[in-house]
Amino acid sequence: MRKLIKNFSHLFLPLSVMMLLIIINLIKGADYFRITMVNGALYGNIPNILFGASELVILSIGMTLVTAASRGQDISIGEIATITSSVFVLYVLQAGEPTLLTIFIGFLLSCVAGLALGAFNGTLVSIFKVQPMVASLILFTGGRSIAFMIDGKLSPILANDISNQIGTVIPGIPIQTPIILTVVFIVFVAVLFKTTTLRLYVETVGINPNAARLNGINPKKIIFLTFLIMGICSAVAGFIAVNKAGRHDSVNLLKLIMMDAILAVAIGGNSLGGGKFSITGSIIGAYTIEMLNRTLLRLEIEPAMIKVFKAIFIIILMVVASPIVRSYIRKALDRFRAWRMAASKSEDSVQKDSNTSTATIAKKKEE
Amino acid sequence: MLSETILEMRNICKSFPGVKALDDVDFKLRKGEIHALMGENGAGKSTLIKVITGVYEKDAGIITLQGEPIHFRAPEEAQNKGIGTVYQEIMLCPNLTVAENMFIGRSHTPLVNWKQMNENAAQLLASLGIPASPTQELSSCSLAVQQMIAIARAVDMDCKILILDEPTSSLDEDEVEKLFVLMRELKERGVGIIFITHFLEQVYAISDRITVLRNGKLVGEYETSSIPQIELIAKMLGNELEDITKLKKHEPVVSESSTPVFESKGLSSAAGVRPFDFTIQKGEVNGFAGLLGSGRSESVRAIFAADKVTGGEVRMKGKQVKIKSPLHAIKQGIGYLPEDRKDDGIIYDLSVRDNIVLTLQVLKGFFKPFSLKQAQAFADEYIEKLNIKTPTANTPIKSLSGGNQQKVILARWLLTHPEYLILDEPTRGIDVGTKVEIQKLVLKLASEGMSLTFISSEIEEMLRTCSRLIVMKDREIVAELRGTELTENDVMNVIAQGGKTTCAN
Repeated sequence: MRKLIKNFSHLFLPLSVMMLLIIINLIKGADYFRITMVNGALYGNIPNILFGASELVILSIGMTLVTAASRGQDISIGEIATITSSVFVLYVLQAGEPTLLTIFIGFLLSCVAGLALGAFNGTLVSIFKVQPMVASLILFTGGRSIAFMIDGKLSPILANDISNQIGTVIPGIPIQTPIILTVVFIVFVAVLFKTTTLRLYVETVGINPNAARLNGINPKKIIFLTFLIMGICSAVAGFIAVNKAGRHDSVNLLKLIMMDAILAVAIGGNSLGGGKFSITGSIIGAYTIEMLNRTLLRLEIEPAMIKVFKAIFIIILMVVASPIVRSYIRKALDRFRAWRMAASKSEDSVQKDSNTSTATIAKKKEE
Repeated sequence: MLSETILEMRNICKSFPGVKALDDVDFKLRKGEIHALMGENGAGKSTLIKVITGVYEKDAGIITLQGEPIHFRAPEEAQNKGIGTVYQEIMLCPNLTVAENMFIGRSHTPLVNWKQMNENAAQLLASLGIPASPTQELSSCSLAVQQMIAIARAVDMDCKILILDEPTSSLDEDEVEKLFVLMRELKERGVGIIFITHFLEQVYAISDRITVLRNGKLVGEYETSSIPQIELIAKMLGNELEDITKLKKHEPVVSESSTPVFESKGLSSAAGVRPFDFTIQKGEVNGFAGLLGSGRSESVRAIFAADKVTGGEVRMKGKQVKIKSPLHAIKQGIGYLPEDRKDDGIIYDLSVRDNIVLTLQVLKGFFKPFSLKQAQAFADEYIEKLNIKTPTANTPIKSLSGGNQQKVILARWLLTHPEYLILDEPTRGIDVGTKVEIQKLVLKLASEGMSLTFISSEIEEMLRTCSRLIVMKDREIVAELRGTELTENDVMNVIAQGGKTTCAN
């Protein structure tokens, strides 16, 4: 058990935040976990969170890798997703009657676009050594205009059954499709980590690029690779988002999602300064953010006020998780343990004393 | 006057959970003396210093400063009582001026009188003979001058005691000499100086007395002039002395086979080393000697392609190969333990296990990760082989001592079974016990057929291990020394003269 706790100590922050939110929700209403079947699909608070967080989870995986290797963040992920999904929409609408094949080819094309845009950011960061945030500022600024140009008009509509099913549910399967896609993506990432040395390389490059180079790892290649992966993540997230929405709104699609993705990485217990990372933490962080959003809605806070409450919550969270508070808590715990040990010791000695005294009395009596 | 005691510590005890860091230690510092504090890593030197300066609170014992008992709770209190400390790493701001660095955080008024400050600084610099101008940016000064400015900052405000914690570790010999001049000047003024260093010759060059600690206990206090070096080492090491004397009897095994393991012709790199020729035979141990900045590190970095190679050709076992990046070198069976352990060697946050398997994993390939079990087996094997002191293989390398970190890096290279291993200052800044272990290991590896290049600032270490010394000056090879009867003096002479002769004893 202790070993288990030790192995998951880095997940302490995201899990405790999640627990806190669950408790708040249960106080608000005991039916928080209730799941009902509506039209052959599961509905309820939990499925809603899983459904709503799909894009954020996928993006936070890529963000974790970029952060770990390049010691900076990619702020253009929402814009990359908008461009890649506009490519997808463009192809699907041009292909005439949408079939599973055209959707799939459209998806692959959007992935290619994602790779190209990731390569653009990656080149700036790894070869030209531009700060990641500055490098991605370019696409952040221009990305939505590019998507609009590809669309050719405001919000082209994706009105077909397959898109609808990808964005909501496939008849006969009780779980919403985006949830399934997210799980498939996570499994894919897990397999990637299992079959390659990606984790070791990314962490090494993030912690000490000099040493990485002297041990045969090319930091430029690894940083570039993380931006490619970020591009793929953005493409998948864009694919899910546009199918969910049913139309391509190049102005608002996944707007400002990079803030939540960065926050998910931070809540996941990862350092934004790069180095060691936990994908599991980021994933839990992403679901936690969605849970927070929905909790605030559930508490019937005015929509206009929600952002304020979210900000307050994050402030508290970050202060509680800050190194200073942590070391303070550790010290307090140590003191408490020492005090308890001292207390039990003195109790022992008192008992011993009384034992010996009764013993001596007994001896004396015998005499 | 000279024997007047300014600081006296009696029966100091300090424990940390599970360790008794200081056990009944006495220490006495007199006015106007330079007092070396010696001991291996973990002997309790730093703890003692931190007790004096109020970083740690002592568990028991008495400290008196000029006869009056003191009890510091914070470093500022010690500073206000005239105890200045200068640490190994220079803790100044490189982008501020010299004067700003000397007086930053010292004034009690919100406004700064720049003119006054610069004048004061100029006066202090002049009186201490430090060659720097108050308005100069700190980063434009050499490391030694920066270190001196740090001392000037500590000495200001009528300092009675100056603590120097390894101030010389990043300085070359000239710079050390300049620092010594400053230390002697302060000594004349009656400042008591506590000097901590790993360099024995520096202790003998400057200190009046030596206090030796071992495992948190006081071994004794000695007059420097009355204790020979070998005895001092014996006091520091306890029973490990036998090892170091035995080591001297070892003779490196060199087989003069016809094709060298590694051969370079006209190799040069972007780091500015002049084209040089170099060969090493199977089972040979050789070394690059020379002062800091002479190009010895740059040469081995060129061999490993750690800096961009700009010319020359390279042969491994007679076959011409291309080595354009560290990865090429690793694939050819060359290993390189870098000079700067912290910046180029360890992966700070990663576990000992990951640090050990890293390079072998790179060799094996991106798509063939080791299983955790396999990696653990490798780590366990080398933790035992090299006697690495770590709680588990899963412990982050940052929490290990310098010597053990160095052993982990060594393990990393040994795991790749290199044919030619370059060790650039493997013994720098680590405790004497580990230094001996590393030298022993070098000889053992050579006897098993590995070729090694061993570089050390302590020439004696190279003499003990190398059968051939390549002497460098101004980024050029100036001489090659062979023979087993080389003495430190021979090498010093060649370095000093820089003659183009090849001596053979």
